[in-house]
Amino acid sequence: MSTLPDGRYIDDAPFDPDENINRLDRADMDAPNWLLVWRKFRRHRLGLLSGAFLLFSYLMLPVAGFIAPYTPAERNADHLYAPPQAIKLFHEGRFVGPFVYPRTATADLENFRWTYETDRTRPMPLEFFCEGSEYRLAGLIRSDTHLFCAPQGATVFLWGSDRLGRDVFSRILYGAQLSLTVGLIGITVSFILGIGFGSIAGYFGGKTDWIIQRTIEILRSLPELPLWLALSAAVPSNWGPVAVFFIISIILGILDWPGLARAVRSKFLSLREEEYVRAAEMMGASSGRVIRRHLLPNFVSHLIASATLSIPAMILGETALSFLGLGLRAPAVSWGVMLNDAQNLASIEIYPWTAIPMLPIIVVVLAFNFLGDDLRDSLDPYES
Amino acid sequence: MSELLTVEDLTIGFHDADPVVEKVSFSVRSGETLALVGESGSGKTLSCRAVLRILPRAARIRSGRITLNGSAGRTVLTALSERRMRAIRGDAVSMIFQEPMRSLSPLHRIGNQVIEVLNLHGDQGTKAARKQVLDTFERVGFPDPERAYNAYPFEMSGGMRQRAMIAMAMVAKPEVLIADEPTTALDVTTQAQVLGLIKDLQRDTGMAVILVTHDLGVVANMAQHVVVMNKGRVMESGPAPLVLGDPAHGYTRKLFAAAPAIPQVANPAPAPSHHDLILDIRGVSKTYTMRGASWKAGATVQACRGIDLKVPRGKTLAIVGESGSGKTTCARIALGAELPDPGGEVVFAPEAGGPTIAVHAMDRAARTAFQRKAQMVFQDPYSSLSPRMRVVDALTEPLEIHRIGNRRDRRDKAAEMLAMVGLKRDMLYRYPHAFSGGQRQRLSIARALTLDPALLVCDEPTSALDVSVQEQILTLLEEIRDRVGLSYLFISHDLAVVARIADEVAVMRQGLVVEQAPPDTLFHSPRHPYTKALIAAQPTPDIARPIDLRLVSQGAGAPSSWPEAFRFSETAVPALAELAPGHKVRCHV
Repeated sequence: MSTLPDGRYIDDAPFDPDENINRLDRADMDAPNWLLVWRKFRRHRLGLLSGAFLLFSYLMLPVAGFIAPYTPAERNADHLYAPPQAIKLFHEGRFVGPFVYPRTATADLENFRWTYETDRTRPMPLEFFCEGSEYRLAGLIRSDTHLFCAPQGATVFLWGSDRLGRDVFSRILYGAQLSLTVGLIGITVSFILGIGFGSIAGYFGGKTDWIIQRTIEILRSLPELPLWLALSAAVPSNWGPVAVFFIISIILGILDWPGLARAVRSKFLSLREEEYVRAAEMMGASSGRVIRRHLLPNFVSHLIASATLSIPAMILGETALSFLGLGLRAPAVSWGVMLNDAQNLASIEIYPWTAIPMLPIIVVVLAFNFLGDDLRDSLDPYES
Repeated sequence: MSELLTVEDLTIGFHDADPVVEKVSFSVRSGETLALVGESGSGKTLSCRAVLRILPRAARIRSGRITLNGSAGRTVLTALSERRMRAIRGDAVSMIFQEPMRSLSPLHRIGNQVIEVLNLHGDQGTKAARKQVLDTFERVGFPDPERAYNAYPFEMSGGMRQRAMIAMAMVAKPEVLIADEPTTALDVTTQAQVLGLIKDLQRDTGMAVILVTHDLGVVANMAQHVVVMNKGRVMESGPAPLVLGDPAHGYTRKLFAAAPAIPQVANPAPAPSHHDLILDIRGVSKTYTMRGASWKAGATVQACRGIDLKVPRGKTLAIVGESGSGKTTCARIALGAELPDPGGEVVFAPEAGGPTIAVHAMDRAARTAFQRKAQMVFQDPYSSLSPRMRVVDALTEPLEIHRIGNRRDRRDKAAEMLAMVGLKRDMLYRYPHAFSGGQRQRLSIARALTLDPALLVCDEPTSALDVSVQEQILTLLEEIRDRVGLSYLFISHDLAVVARIADEVAVMRQGLVVEQAPPDTLFHSPRHPYTKALIAAQPTPDIARPIDLRLVSQGAGAPSSWPEAFRFSETAVPALAELAPGHKVRCHV
């Protein structure tokens, strides 16, 4: 700063009146939208962690059979309702490596329950990459190698066994295959319907919008749970588990789309006012082109976030139906089907581990919610 | 007299980035007005918000001292606790914000919102407080204070709301009033009246005013002291007559050169020839039916009435008017985006003597042909480019839609258009968010030009831009017009902007063209009271030419307040009479 004789202050840093109009104003913003979103999302720890966990869970699905020590229907008649078993490393202060103590079951005829006695003298090391019962990797490749299994004469029930002596841990892994994918299929159905109707309503407005809106309101006014029950009760009982599974996920999708259609519609209404959309119309772009090239890309990220937030509802829906015995049925394995076993209070009181399938449900649902929330926060990367 | 409010060496930064306000110092005395002038991103708003400590959450005052030396003694505002700061806000120092539409709560009556200030700070009873509010309402020019007290914000126009905001800021009789672009969102005639009001209030109460603005014209009309800011630094500061009369810093000079102004002396121009028309709008009206309840017919609103406008080839016709005057409706009808009421005709002749297109009755094929020859440039450079499309995609899209050329041709064409608007070819693969507002406006001009149109409709293409950028864009538009032989239909609310670019100006008010003439004729001998008001309300960056509020208030009011010869109502409208060759005025002759 310098002062002129007349008392004015003047900045004396060099000043160039002709600014280069080719200089980028915000070079850091010169990136596709997904990169900007990722940069912002990276700062959300919880969302990142949840995302990584979910990614891991989904990647694990095809190889669940390899990780699980047992197959889902494998019965161990001598170990009904066996409590969870710990894997230990040290026997009497000496390092042995991962091992289990063998257990023997005795029938307690006074209380009518099984009691287990652990033999703490014989550590039995776990076997790795061992042969066990046969399963299919990703449903295709036959294999009988398991990551770990119990040595001859012992069992490895990490989270206990159920009333037929099946390993709860293994069944949770297998159950994840259905429970986690039901959300994906359901959301796909819901997406197709929601985006379709939502964008038609939002873009064309007028009568079309009115009809779709009223349809949505009617669908939403139907009581949800009885409708689910009715629809799933209508599935013929002689259908195979896979067919039932698809039908269930499609039912969930059909009932979920109105919410999404509303979100899409309101987003469309606001995006339609953007000048780039008006510009495209002025250029002569057809409605289809405007929707595909301008509107959809600009809110696809919002859709992903809202999808992430509605997958938990699907998972919970499947669980609820199966728990009531109206969704998937044995021999299919899903978390809801497993919880079906934990329906009466007595079994939860005496064998609390039969309710363990609740844990993965809670964790997965929370993870989806954290991920979705943080995704939503990072969706608008343009404001700094 | 000592300084009332002093800001010394203020530095503000976000997180740990470079400071956005650097070593800014200014001070203001009672009864004086200090203007902080600068373009967007200059840090002027942050600097004045720092006084009240209402900065965005991520911003931190890194250094500096703000001292208030008021009637309550000397206080260092930067060192005050949040609790004591609250007692200062709205009481000793108060603020008016830019957006009158958003700064009042829609659910509370105006009076209740204003009296809250007194309830928070004063200790008089409800009755006295109410009386004080009503007095203030009267002072800020509400004709019926009692009614304004009980009104909800949505019942009021933008200008009235800004008056209510001023009343809210004034009611506790502050010693310092900070006005952050108080008139930017208002029409120019309303702006003149609001500025006049602030001046009157200041004279009566002797408060100090800090006026934040980008408009040198406003500064010349209001301020005794000027601080010119750029990129967070003070470029020049001093008494207004010196800074405005003889700017010493390069940046101030640049701002002055760019400021649009209505020429002080103008000679009537010859009448424009109307023989080779590219666009001929004849007798166009547009009536909208408001959707009412289903059991009764909706009310109708006439957006424009009996518009006759002619755009000669290679020339620029400008439509000027305030918000709601129907100018944008005209533009939309001219582009075929809306149909005029039956009877109206829009005829477009892409080539001299060639076949014409009836825009008001186009089928699909005619529309496609029309869209290749008539394009539009939009107002907001930030929303007119899709954030998901790279520059190359945005620029080649029109060609793709009309199936012109192959990929390579299209890309070359896009590059050529970039060069035309002064940008380099390597910008093709960048994303729009990397560009500044001016650069983006260049991009959207380039996009409109890719189809080689003959007519360009520009809907306020510069009103969202800074003055210096506005000047560049206007120059660019002029250059392109002369190089390619384009014709423009130019929509603007700013008479000074169109003064340089237009060959003919049509002034609109309430859906009617009230006066139409070449700009020089208009400036030389405006006939219509509304045109006179528009010209008078335009602030010029010249201390010697203050706004003539009398002229403004005469013409800016409702048409029923105009002199008998010009009056019009819903039903009776005088015809547009040609008083001199090429000079039409809507009046009874």
